[in-house]
Amino acid sequence: MAAIPARHKSLVLLAGVILLQVLLLAVQIKRDSQGRLIRSWTVGAVSPFERAGSYGFGWFREIWRNYFALRGTRQDNEQLRHENDALKLQNAQLQGKAAEADRLAALVHFRQSQVDVPMVTARVIAGGPSTASFTIELDRGEKDGIRRDMGVITPDGVVGKVIETYPNTAQVLLLTDNHGGVGAMLADSRIQSPVGGMGEPLLAMKYVPNDDDVNVGERVVTSGMDHIFPRDLPVGAIAEIKPGNPFKQIRIKPAANLERLEEVLVLLTLHPLEMNKPNDSASAQPSAPAASNAPPAAKP
Amino acid sequence: MNDTYDLRISESHIEVHKFRTGAILVATLLALVIQAWFPMRVARTALLDLPLLVTIYFGLSRRNPSTGLLLGTAIGLLQDSLSGPTIPLGLFGIAKTIIGYLASSIGARLDTEHPAARFALTAGFFMIHQALIALTRRILLAQPEPWFNWHLFLAALVNAIVAVLLFVLLDRLRRPS
Repeated sequence: MAAIPARHKSLVLLAGVILLQVLLLAVQIKRDSQGRLIRSWTVGAVSPFERAGSYGFGWFREIWRNYFALRGTRQDNEQLRHENDALKLQNAQLQGKAAEADRLAALVHFRQSQVDVPMVTARVIAGGPSTASFTIELDRGEKDGIRRDMGVITPDGVVGKVIETYPNTAQVLLLTDNHGGVGAMLADSRIQSPVGGMGEPLLAMKYVPNDDDVNVGERVVTSGMDHIFPRDLPVGAIAEIKPGNPFKQIRIKPAANLERLEEVLVLLTLHPLEMNKPNDSASAQPSAPAASNAPPAAKP
Repeated sequence: MNDTYDLRISESHIEVHKFRTGAILVATLLALVIQAWFPMRVARTALLDLPLLVTIYFGLSRRNPSTGLLLGTAIGLLQDSLSGPTIPLGLFGIAKTIIGYLASSIGARLDTEHPAARFALTAGFFMIHQALIALTRRILLAQPEPWFNWHLFLAALVNAIVAVLLFVLLDRLRRPS
């Protein structure tokens, strides 16, 4: 033990004597809420170290948890990311299949409601080769009985007509094409007028006199006058009416979603058909969009 | 312990006094008894702090810091013991320990035989003593205690005057050199 210099001995003695008396005071003094002062001092002296130890341990634990214990996290993250991507893909496939199942169920229901009408289900395998032609290609052709000028529909409404056939495929001209069209009439007033395409999403109803009372939203159905489509198939709904000379300029939103076709029905006859009334169809398939005046947006 | 020796500081010659056997003990006990008894009879004498004056005197005379602080400790603890349960042991003990140390340290450097020096030193030590008491009470005991006021200033003057007289009496207890 190092010797204390003589001139400092009295100072050391002073400090020792005072410290002893302070401790003596602390042992005697009892404060109201903190117990004896010596206990308060002891707690006060020890608690900073306890707190520092606690913080240090917490800091070390956080470091361990957030850094060292995460050594395998990158691999886990990559694995989970891959699994997530696979699950997303699987989910999308399942959703697509579910949507397809819904569409096919609608087609089946429609077919069951029109058992007397010969028709075949076909899948759309390609769209038009250019933006100027509104055509689609089907996965069925002459081998399935499809011929030119046969009508193509969906449960929602009219799609177009077959313009070319091949042994296993067929090409369909959509209503929206400049050369597309269908004999139609207003569902309520029974005013007849052909409906044709304009090379854009909306159709045009060409020969409705200005004097006739026509309202936006009114349903347009097939008239059967073109000998391709049976009567009362949904064509669309009036979206816009402008006065013209001598006929109104009426724009129709197609009932079938012609921009997102995936499955269609081809009417396998070139003779005039008589289909069940839409109301009958509606009673047989209350949830089918074909029985309502719903716009195409209602179709998946 | 009662040996005589010289301290030479800055060319000054300061004598260390020794006292008759038992003089310090008797004087201390007498001061404590008077301090305990006299204020009960004469209220105004409560201003006096005879144990403090004894501590200062023997500290200045002995001129040994270790002896001075131990004497202050003993006197202070005895005063605490006689002060009843309201004064915890150590309150006056700490204050008088420091006063004893300071007095003996100053006594080793200055000639404190002159009455004026004794007056000034006693007044100063009284104030320091009061400050130490207040500090201890405020910090350790959490009790309100004024640092200083006119009453304490008056007490400092009274104690300083009494100290000049008392120290002359106590000088008689010294052994002749």
